[in-house]
Amino acid sequence: MLFERTLRTAALVTATAVITFTSGAALAQKKYDTGASDTEIKIGNIMPYSGPASAYGIIGKTEEAYFKMINDKGGINGRKINFVTYDDGYSPPKAVEQVRKLVESDEVLVVFNPLGTPSNSAIQKYLNAKKIPQLFVATGATKWNDPKNFPWTMGWQPSYQSEAQIYAKWLLKEKPDAKVAILYQNDDFGKDYLKGTKDGLGAKAASMIIMEESYEVSEPSIDGHIVKIKAANPDVLLIYATPKFAAQTIKKTAELSWKPLQILTNVSISVGSVMKPAGFEAAQNVLSAAYAKDSTDPQWNNDPGMKKWNEFVDKYMAGADKSDTSMIYGYGAASTLAKVLEMCGDDLTRANIMKQAASLKDFTPDTLLPGVKINTGATDFAPIAQLQMQRFKGERWELFGEIISGDIATE
Amino acid sequence: MSTAEDVVTEAPAIEAVPKRAMTLGTGTSVVVLLLLLAVPLFAKNFIIFQLTQLLYLGLAVLALNILTGGSGQFSLGQSAFYAVGAYVTAVMMEAFNINYVLCLPIAGVLCFGFGFLFGQPALRLSGVYLALATFALATAMPQLLKLNFLEHWTGGVQGLVVTKPDAPFGLPMSQDMWLYYFTLAIVLAIYIFSVNLLRSRSGRAFMAIRDNEIAASAMGVNVALYKTLAFGVSAGITGVAGGLSAIAVQFVAPDSFTITLSIQLFLGMVVGGVGWLPGSIVGAAFIIFVPNIAEGISKGLSGAVFGVLLFFVIYLVPHGARQVAIMGQQLVGRLKKN
Repeated sequence: MLFERTLRTAALVTATAVITFTSGAALAQKKYDTGASDTEIKIGNIMPYSGPASAYGIIGKTEEAYFKMINDKGGINGRKINFVTYDDGYSPPKAVEQVRKLVESDEVLVVFNPLGTPSNSAIQKYLNAKKIPQLFVATGATKWNDPKNFPWTMGWQPSYQSEAQIYAKWLLKEKPDAKVAILYQNDDFGKDYLKGTKDGLGAKAASMIIMEESYEVSEPSIDGHIVKIKAANPDVLLIYATPKFAAQTIKKTAELSWKPLQILTNVSISVGSVMKPAGFEAAQNVLSAAYAKDSTDPQWNNDPGMKKWNEFVDKYMAGADKSDTSMIYGYGAASTLAKVLEMCGDDLTRANIMKQAASLKDFTPDTLLPGVKINTGATDFAPIAQLQMQRFKGERWELFGEIISGDIATE
Repeated sequence: MSTAEDVVTEAPAIEAVPKRAMTLGTGTSVVVLLLLLAVPLFAKNFIIFQLTQLLYLGLAVLALNILTGGSGQFSLGQSAFYAVGAYVTAVMMEAFNINYVLCLPIAGVLCFGFGFLFGQPALRLSGVYLALATFALATAMPQLLKLNFLEHWTGGVQGLVVTKPDAPFGLPMSQDMWLYYFTLAIVLAIYIFSVNLLRSRSGRAFMAIRDNEIAASAMGVNVALYKTLAFGVSAGITGVAGGLSAIAVQFVAPDSFTITLSIQLFLGMVVGGVGWLPGSIVGAAFIIFVPNIAEGISKGLSGAVFGVLLFFVIYLVPHGARQVAIMGQQLVGRLKKN
């Protein structure tokens, strides 16, 4: 702790010195809101470090490490990032308490990448009323892209609906006569996918979808649903299920020696926790889509972006498990924020941060697939809306086809 | 073996607290009240919000204290009553536009009914078995709230956003401060009601049942009635606490009311001192602030640090805040003598 503080003080002194040298010209345009100063930008964050979703806590740790790297390199426009992150235990009341602490006690400039749909729903109204950016939220629900009603909230990853639209577009192009069955989880997550698929298929939805089967998260096994779906004899099965159920589905279809074309949600593409338990043999030729690079995929061995990521992990997160996709995610989100802060220059007001966040043009973090670009606009608060299709071959995913865009707006 | 025999052979899990020891003296009460009234005038809005949290969680702990410390029944199902109170308040405020002041008593009455009914089957169970039955209630509740046919009102997994009320009559205070005083008034009223309840005939009946069920029934206490009544009163107060939480947090979702909440309330009761009503606030302070302190010490090991702190509390002062208060009292007495 003490060591860290000395370091920080040393850094501050250096930064101040640099600023005194350069401040002459820029003095006129400098504008700050609470949480920003000549030497520091204070960023707030909440993460489930404990509780049912604690596996995601690694995202917060990655972001903390990323900003440490930025500070070691001299900060952003000469200012150090002070990243304050608190545990909300995936509990909405705790999220409200911690965010109020960040805003009213720590006085942060923005709340960045808070994780989870319930937690973000709980703090959205408060932050918008206070006009504090709720930037790049870590959830795939579609409702974050709503600049008209919530001008201070912005998503980051592709929404579930836009991903489902991409599958629908692909089906319309490749298999226009398919008989489609949809298996979805009966909650907001599954229903977002269902809606996206129907919207994407448009007028053909009614004729192509022959069955919609939902299951409850509380069910121990979904074998019964698979048997029921097989009886309807579809030739395409869309699996909008969380990891455990996705693995069960792939395994069961193989056991029934039934071979429909299976498309799997991006949420459940983990090789370690889905494809391996389902059995690699059963998982062959399953389709899905991705927007970020897979750290275990050897095709990125010589990729400059992933080399940077590997160096970052080795230096700042030594000993971490590199196959954890949360580290790819945290790195990408943090570098997007760094880009926005850089674009803000010396005008570090909350309004300018939202303005700059809404004017990202073709930004490509190191960890996104080549061709996937972050674009935002005054009416487009969905930064990533592109994905590429991939097929499971052997023991890993192989990308194919071109980048497909699934931009949608909330009505 | 019948339940009655069971009860007799079991070692008493809850220490018999005489009813006078359940409350604070007049002088101390006045000082605490003045403090509670004055602090918000000098604090930031965030601190006021935390104090509001302290009050309504304290209320929920108090409810459990009446049940466990008063009538000797365990419950791990308090989060379910809390959830019902919160949801009833939120749905009435948002879907039916009913004033929040009216929502709270309705939530309380509904939860009283719910608790009273749940008390019926609970009659056949005692000790750990009762704890398990109520545990089932707490695990079921978040999923029940997600049910499809309720989604129209509850918002399903997405939860429901609640509008925070402004101070009425144009009073010059922030929303947070108004809500604090509003909560304080309700908590005070319920506290006074609870103290009087435990001092009344019904309260004596609760304690008689707690101390020895068979003896109580031999004395003419209607054991079944008073046991369910204790459940009902406890659930009703918990419901009001839940309603207050919905207004203060401005959001309800199934994930807010998991079994963890029940365990926290239980923890708060033990730390505050079982059967000592003023301890409820101390217990609530423990469950709100100690996890934050633990996180400040170590982010990665916050759970472990919390565990160590809790262990020390239980080891050093097994009777919780009550023991500390008694020690303080004795110290003051000795100083006076000198």
